[in-house]
Amino acid sequence: MEPAARLDNNHELAVKDFPYIVRWRDDRCKRCGRCTAVCPMYAIEPAVIVQRALKSEGTMPEPQAVRRVITIVKQTTDISRYCTGCATCTLVCPNEAIEPEYNPAHKFNFHKNRGGHPYRRGGRRNDPAPSTLDRLRFSRISMLTDPALDAGRHEFRIRTYLGRILPAEELPVRVVNNRLEVNRKAGTFVPPVREIYPIMIGSMSIGALSPYMWEGLAMGITYLNEVEGMPVVMCSGEGGMPQRLLRSRFIKYFIPQIASGYFGWDEIVRAIPHMIEDPCAIEIKYGQGAKPGDGGLLMAHKVLKLISEIRGVPMGVDLPSPPTHQTKYSIEEAVAKMIQSMYMAWGFRVPVYPKISGTHTAKAVLNNLVRNPYAAALSIDGDDGGTGAAYNVSMDSMGHPIASNIRECYLDLAAQGKQNELPLIAAGGVGKKGNLAANAAALFMLGASCVSIGKYIMQAAAGCFGDEYNRCNVCNLGKCPRGITTQDPRLYRRLDPDRVAERVVEVFKSVDTELKKIFAPMGRSTELPIGMSDGISADDPAVAERLKIKYNC
Amino acid sequence: MCRLAAITSGEYFSPMENIIALETMKEGHDGSGMGLILKGLGGEFEELKDYPVLSGICSEDGMKTLDGYMNRIGFRLKYTWTPKTRTVRGIESRDHYFARVYDYPDMHRDKPLEEKEMLLLKTRLALRSLGEEDESIIIFAFYPDILALKEVGDPLQLGEFLGLDRSSLKAKIVLAQGRQNTNYAINLYACHPFFIKGYGTMTNGENTAFIPIREFLSGRNIPGYIGYNSDSEVFCHILHYTCRQLGYPLHYYKDVITPLKQDEIDARPDREAASYLKRSLRPLCIDGPNCVIGFTPDGTCFMVQDAKKLRPGVVGGVKGKFALMSEECGLDSVVPGRDKTTDVFPMKFDMVIIKPDAEEVLVWNQLHG
Ligand code: SF4
Ligand code: SF4
Repeated sequence: MEPAARLDNNHELAVKDFPYIVRWRDDRCKRCGRCTAVCPMYAIEPAVIVQRALKSEGTMPEPQAVRRVITIVKQTTDISRYCTGCATCTLVCPNEAIEPEYNPAHKFNFHKNRGGHPYRRGGRRNDPAPSTLDRLRFSRISMLTDPALDAGRHEFRIRTYLGRILPAEELPVRVVNNRLEVNRKAGTFVPPVREIYPIMIGSMSIGALSPYMWEGLAMGITYLNEVEGMPVVMCSGEGGMPQRLLRSRFIKYFIPQIASGYFGWDEIVRAIPHMIEDPCAIEIKYGQGAKPGDGGLLMAHKVLKLISEIRGVPMGVDLPSPPTHQTKYSIEEAVAKMIQSMYMAWGFRVPVYPKISGTHTAKAVLNNLVRNPYAAALSIDGDDGGTGAAYNVSMDSMGHPIASNIRECYLDLAAQGKQNELPLIAAGGVGKKGNLAANAAALFMLGASCVSIGKYIMQAAAGCFGDEYNRCNVCNLGKCPRGITTQDPRLYRRLDPDRVAERVVEVFKSVDTELKKIFAPMGRSTELPIGMSDGISADDPAVAERLKIKYNC
Repeated sequence: MCRLAAITSGEYFSPMENIIALETMKEGHDGSGMGLILKGLGGEFEELKDYPVLSGICSEDGMKTLDGYMNRIGFRLKYTWTPKTRTVRGIESRDHYFARVYDYPDMHRDKPLEEKEMLLLKTRLALRSLGEEDESIIIFAFYPDILALKEVGDPLQLGEFLGLDRSSLKAKIVLAQGRQNTNYAINLYACHPFFIKGYGTMTNGENTAFIPIREFLSGRNIPGYIGYNSDSEVFCHILHYTCRQLGYPLHYYKDVITPLKQDEIDARPDREAASYLKRSLRPLCIDGPNCVIGFTPDGTCFMVQDAKKLRPGVVGGVKGKFALMSEECGLDSVVPGRDKTTDVFPMKFDMVIIKPDAEEVLVWNQLHG
């Protein structure tokens, strides 16, 4: 009998407490060591065990018990090295000998606070249930009384506007010889407006993303614009952009973001005199759907040479952005002054809009913006949005879903007759289950002029492992096994920027076809069906009532 | 799909001509109703052109309410036209069909047209709401030189029922629509043609962009932009909004409802203004299928199509008389002797415009002017 002390594992966790259990098969494993080498968490390690086996060697069965020493792949129960379920091990295993399996009975959240540090991670809300957007269907199908369009044959205009649009009554036009002419003497400021593709890539910074990932996205965007004629744009995220890009003609496809840390803006401001094109727009970040009320955080181990140069900071220090813009003490300050300063920087030629996280108070912000003639749009990021680093509690328990937030803001604008003046950009979980076109189209019909995607494009273009079962989600640690959210060259070299760019193009071309497949049977093609709420229905009466759409069952 | 028959002429003619044209297109309407709007009234109305005509239908009670209301406001009845109705099988007669000419209340008589229009509109809306619930008062129009008639039934039978074949009622412009009902319940307010402050339209087809357009128009805060019992009523209000509220020339109506692509706009001489327009009026873009026929206060008539699906529509005639019809056979019935080679079938970029008194037909093209 073993001494009692050796059986006392009381303060250890069992593999059963972990969200993913590594299924390793002794009979298939050839002990190549690839899995243990590649595991970003060191969650598995080679171990040696003593195994009792029965052996019989002669012509007659003469079983003998033998003990032999073998090597195995063992999952650790050290919570700091938990298996994230990323399945990189599976990916590299030549013999299909290893696979993580989700454990729905896990106790991870009870234990992941060692040292008094709450659990922090990347990814998004760990809620695998379908979002409201996935519960909406397009049920106004054109039949006989209205011949449906042909997605393959008819011309579709899938474009939207980014920028403040003057009401027709205020346009500086006059009739001269039965023709409208712009009246320059009127002195009316006509805000800059961009015609863009209604799905944009949302703010993910160089820093949060690896240089290869960011480059891949940027190349994809540029190709879409220059070759495919699709004006898809992308927001930089906080932390600036490479000087080379700032000074190139491609900057017009990008939206530099300014956030509360103002990282990278010294460099951007310095580049302004050398810019040969204006950026598409400027986004001022006030909030983020995944972590409302939280600032940004780039961990020290991600702040390597490139990042320190772009952001204008020393290497190897944590880069926290405060939750709010510290110099601004009221919404009038924060919004009006900041928007105007940014307009001024580019001679009032670039639209400037704020981004907030989804909230019950979005309407208050909205109405403030309505009264500000410079506000170019309002971007609202719902609680299914993703992030590179946040507290788990913020991600899982904070925020407002995008569907009802966009809807109430749109209806509020419509009640004032201003739904065409201030475009609403919807973000946060668009394409959460892979249904990008359907989610985007539903948001347009609820009132969004444009949608913004982040996690979706990481998954589709670079194979990000993250999901709502907390798979992987170590974006904050700089250990991204796909090389997407890391600054470690050994990891990001795994990613081929050209392949990422190619996937970005494929994704947008296919989503464009899918949007047509939605709009065509609904008889819409000339303009984006913004606010066409009679087109959609919900499978839940409460959802239908809240969104003021039809309930179908 | 409804059938449309519009005629514009330098001479007065009877609305029966429109009704007979509708009869030739009979397979296109199901007898669920007809709407008529007459503009440029002749006969007994010729001398009364400056006075507003209240067109509608009332029950006995409704008539009393109406009289009480009009008296209170100070409108004085000058002349009443009522159709000499006959019993026609299948048509259920209501108590009072009328077109009543009123003199303005004293304090409004010398006011500018705009103020008078506002008074007329407010009065029409007030009467409408007084009788809406019990359908005791149904008002189609209250405007000088405009007469509207609408009722459920087959157009030819309705013509007979209203005695239009023997009436001296004549006009220079008549819009007539034979309904193809797509709703079980028939609401006369959903019946074309629609009219607001001098502008009238009728449409066939279905308006897929109805909800965003309705929300946009309702948000303009312009009195009279209400109702929308039919998805086609917005076409009339868009016309009014474009030409009256914004003061744009008529052909911009086409640019508003079927905007060009940006590169197409860039090739136009008015590109800058047209681009502004496209953005600012984006929610008014239609997607069809629709053919819209209408008139403006000066007596110009037009026909436009949506940009892709198109509904049947043809314009033809001779100087002094043109017809805008859903079908060629309607045209043949109205102007049989015309040169058919000059008939115009407007396509996606076209707007057919006929000058007042049917003087001239112009085809305005969005790309080439
Ligand atoms: S699934 Fe990922 S974290 Fe888990 S053992 Fe495999 S490589 Fe390591
Ligand atoms: S693959 Fe990279 S980006 Fe995706 S969840 Fe894992 S760490 Fe984050």
